[in-house]
Amino acid sequence: MPAVRIGAASNVSLEMRAWNIRRKALLMGEVQGQGYIGQALGIADVLAAAYFHALEYRPEDPEWEGRDRFLLSIGHYAIALYAVLMEAGILPEEEYETYGMDDSRMPMSGMASYTPGMEITGGSLGQGLGIAVGMALGLKRKGNPAFVYNLMSDGELGEGSTWEAVMSGVQWKLNNLICLVDFNNQQADGKPTEALAQGDERQKWEAFGWHAQRVDGNDLEAVVTALNVARETDHDGPRVIIFDTKMCKGVDFLENREITHFVRVEPDEWAKALAVLEKGKPQ
Amino acid sequence: MTLASMKRKYEPRTVKLGPDGKPIATSAMIASLSAEGYDTVSAPFGHALLELARKDEKIVGLTADLAKYTDLHIFAQAMPHRFYQMGMAEQLLMSAAAGLTREGFNPFATTYAVFASRRAYDFIAMAIAEENLPVKIVCALPGLTTGYGPSHQATEDLAIFRGLPNMTIIDPCDANDITGMVPQIAAHPGPVYSRLLRGKVPSVLTRHKPDYKFQLGKAQTIRDGKDVLIISSGFMTMRALDAAEKLAVDGVDAAVLHVPTIKPLDVDTILAEARKGGRLIVTAENHSVVGGLGEAVATVLLTNGVTPEFRMIGLPDEFLEAGALPTLHEMYGISVDRVAKQIRNWL
Ligand SMILES: Cc1ncc(C[n+]2csc(CCOP(=O)(O)OP(=O)(O)O)c2C)c(N)n1
Ligand SMILES: [Mg+2]
Repeated sequence: MPAVRIGAASNVSLEMRAWNIRRKALLMGEVQGQGYIGQALGIADVLAAAYFHALEYRPEDPEWEGRDRFLLSIGHYAIALYAVLMEAGILPEEEYETYGMDDSRMPMSGMASYTPGMEITGGSLGQGLGIAVGMALGLKRKGNPAFVYNLMSDGELGEGSTWEAVMSGVQWKLNNLICLVDFNNQQADGKPTEALAQGDERQKWEAFGWHAQRVDGNDLEAVVTALNVARETDHDGPRVIIFDTKMCKGVDFLENREITHFVRVEPDEWAKALAVLEKGKPQ
Repeated sequence: MTLASMKRKYEPRTVKLGPDGKPIATSAMIASLSAEGYDTVSAPFGHALLELARKDEKIVGLTADLAKYTDLHIFAQAMPHRFYQMGMAEQLLMSAAAGLTREGFNPFATTYAVFASRRAYDFIAMAIAEENLPVKIVCALPGLTTGYGPSHQATEDLAIFRGLPNMTIIDPCDANDITGMVPQIAAHPGPVYSRLLRGKVPSVLTRHKPDYKFQLGKAQTIRDGKDVLIISSGFMTMRALDAAEKLAVDGVDAAVLHVPTIKPLDVDTILAEARKGGRLIVTAENHSVVGGLGEAVATVLLTNGVTPEFRMIGLPDEFLEAGALPTLHEMYGISVDRVAKQIRNWL
């Protein structure tokens, strides 16, 4: 079995992948009547580009030693990762109906022991990047050329542990480490830019010694280009891409309501959201 | 160890169905405890703190991105100039609270119980407790009060803080405890860790004992009984009281001793109750059976030569599952039915 990049081998467009991810996330939200749907809709384009353009993996063997590792530090984004794992064929699509249910393999907060393709147990925020440092060190020690991707949030920029890992990645010249930051400018109580994520975020990472890019995370072309650059740069150290994303992207009436950490969706609105999404289906 | 051997539930699982034939959904973190038959009070901590702060200008509030989820937003909205949003940085939260006490302020710092006890522990130990600084740490999601899994279930916070010298520890049962506790811990000259129930919090104790008032450091008998003595804290006192009503129907007479202050423990009251004799003693806590109220009571009894029949109800020494709270409470033996059943079996 060759190590394929699915996206490269498939004629399904990334736009379609992102749309499918949004749809699956909405279906799961509907099942449970809740879920971090704003985050899932916002990060769908980044996940589509990651799983169908950048990452190498074997859907039928999620623990394949040669896979690129994708760490979900933000456990509450699990709904988004389940959607992309289904789209990638790592999880069976029908399982969306069990999302968040008792005894489901897809608990509401992502945990490694429950779900194939979920590399780490996230949710205690600020832990992913440190684990990624260790995995990147381990891969180098084994001579394994895979990348480690860590998806984290702008809220996690507040945790001191994040910055310990930032410095460590530079110390060990981890050019196999790619950190993806979802900058939706939202955390539980308000805006990170009014708390600990003030100033020019790209410059901060750069000052620490990272190769840093900042792009519109809902512009698929820009996301793909940034992922290419992050993989291919000859920078002798770790790489970060800060993605500015819009919560609830793709469902206008949700985009336009007052955005909070936990976007409320009324019971009858899930079907409405799916209908709105349907109208915007890529050709 | 291979990755596969770490996976506990990797295989496809059969999802349980509820009575309506549909799968049982996880309760979100916002969900309140099921407390059937009790009136509720909205955000008792936030309102009590605000009321106190109006009289005491030294009081300030801090949080690590969880004001809305610890009811501190009530205070923050009314007194924005006395509120510090520290961002999601729990270690900083504790260090900064220590710093504020050094300058003469009386800080209330809030986060979730898991993040105070696990992430910020060393900061609490050294910056706060070692110097006996009066920081008031108030934390939501104690024990098994969320179905989100171990990242949010603080099943060992009491064990962690019991080992910390100088620390006063509170596990309130209901809105009465929370409202009553706020001014008393504010006046306490040392550090305090209190668990918190937030949102719509049931009012339990005054229904069973109309003149009940929280007293820092005191255990109180809420209900008397001659067959079994349940010694409980936190919302397990509510479970104990409800279980006692069920047991009464079967002719079992259960007493309930509520112990909201876990440390220092009210040794005198516990010993006095235990020495009455002739009763099975059962501890009940929303916490691991390791290092919580049960072990604390057992130590008091044994070291004082009191050796009744003794049993513990609490969470197992495991990382707990994710799922719907009622399912989990039933599974781990802390629902009303399971409490009553266990006691009946022990008698
Ligand atoms: C260490 C830690 N502290 C606090 C929390 C509680 N919490 C859960 S999500 C969240 C907001 C974090 O910011 P971000 O991930 O950017 O939120 P979002 O963009 O999803 O609104 C907080 C504070 C946590 N899970 N982990
Ligand atoms: Mg965010």
